[in-house]
Amino acid sequence: MAANNPIAGLNKIFDNRIRLGVMSILMVNEEINFNDLKQMLEVTDGNLATHLQTLEESGFIKVQKGFVGRKTNTTYSVTKAGQKAFNDHITGLEKMIRGIK
Amino acid sequence: MDVREQHLDALQDIRKMMQRSSRFISLSGLSGIAAGIWALIGAYFAHDWIEEYYTNYAHEGYTGRNFTGLRTNLFLLASAVAGLALITALYFTWRRAGKNKLPLWDHTSKQLVINTVIPMITGGLFIIAMLQYSEWRFVAPACLVFYGLGLVNGSRYTLSDIRYLGFSEIALGLINTQFIGYGLYFWAIGFGVLHIIYGFVMWWKYERNPDSKN
Repeated sequence: MAANNPIAGLNKIFDNRIRLGVMSILMVNEEINFNDLKQMLEVTDGNLATHLQTLEESGFIKVQKGFVGRKTNTTYSVTKAGQKAFNDHITGLEKMIRGIK
Repeated sequence: MDVREQHLDALQDIRKMMQRSSRFISLSGLSGIAAGIWALIGAYFAHDWIEEYYTNYAHEGYTGRNFTGLRTNLFLLASAVAGLALITALYFTWRRAGKNKLPLWDHTSKQLVINTVIPMITGGLFIIAMLQYSEWRFVAPACLVFYGLGLVNGSRYTLSDIRYLGFSEIALGLINTQFIGYGLYFWAIGFGVLHIIYGFVMWWKYERNPDSKN
């Protein structure tokens, strides 16, 4: 019944609003740093860091550590696997909504 | 909240984040209108001064002092117009960002500024180099063309209307190359009239009804 299962594409990792937000932002931006993500998602440092770690461990995002002057500047970008998972998730959401209608 | 609503919410969240993180949407149409008005006032003065110069020229002939004076005045005038336009543009955009509850200086406005400024600074240096060789005929067309290129380049990070304003400026600049000597008129149309028209269109589309979010 896998073919008919509307939940097939949905990914548990994207259930969380912040992780979904991070992925949405990274899909349309080549790379983005921690502070910009924080500003756009309106979350605290600790909260964001935890979710970023989850996404990194899943292999959906890449982390690049660099320096701007003396300050560390950590930027994030989406991986191929992340793009696929995100697209599948959106397709899944759409199917769900159509299915329930 | 039922499941369907939850999913719709998630989709809306995605859309909002994708747009908000990639485009600076607080650019105000009023900025364009204000910049256009400054440009027209500037063009009026410039026209007056140039006319006066040629009248004196006819009476007294070429005097280096008059010419240098005119050149300095025009340069100061252009700087004043650019400065005033920038200040008012910033003010209206700042006001709109406040209404949208979005920051004025964020990832998107940074991208917008960087990408717009690259062709514009290139153009500025290019024009200075032309003036260095007393090649003044292509100053107005070059201003318009490089400004247009800046807008087209930056438009990827803001409202799409800016892209068409950029195309219009480029076209106007290129047409101007065939009407050398009318630079001031083209300049007034490009920086004055076009700004007012596009500013008004953008205001009409996005700001007239404060409730309708774009």
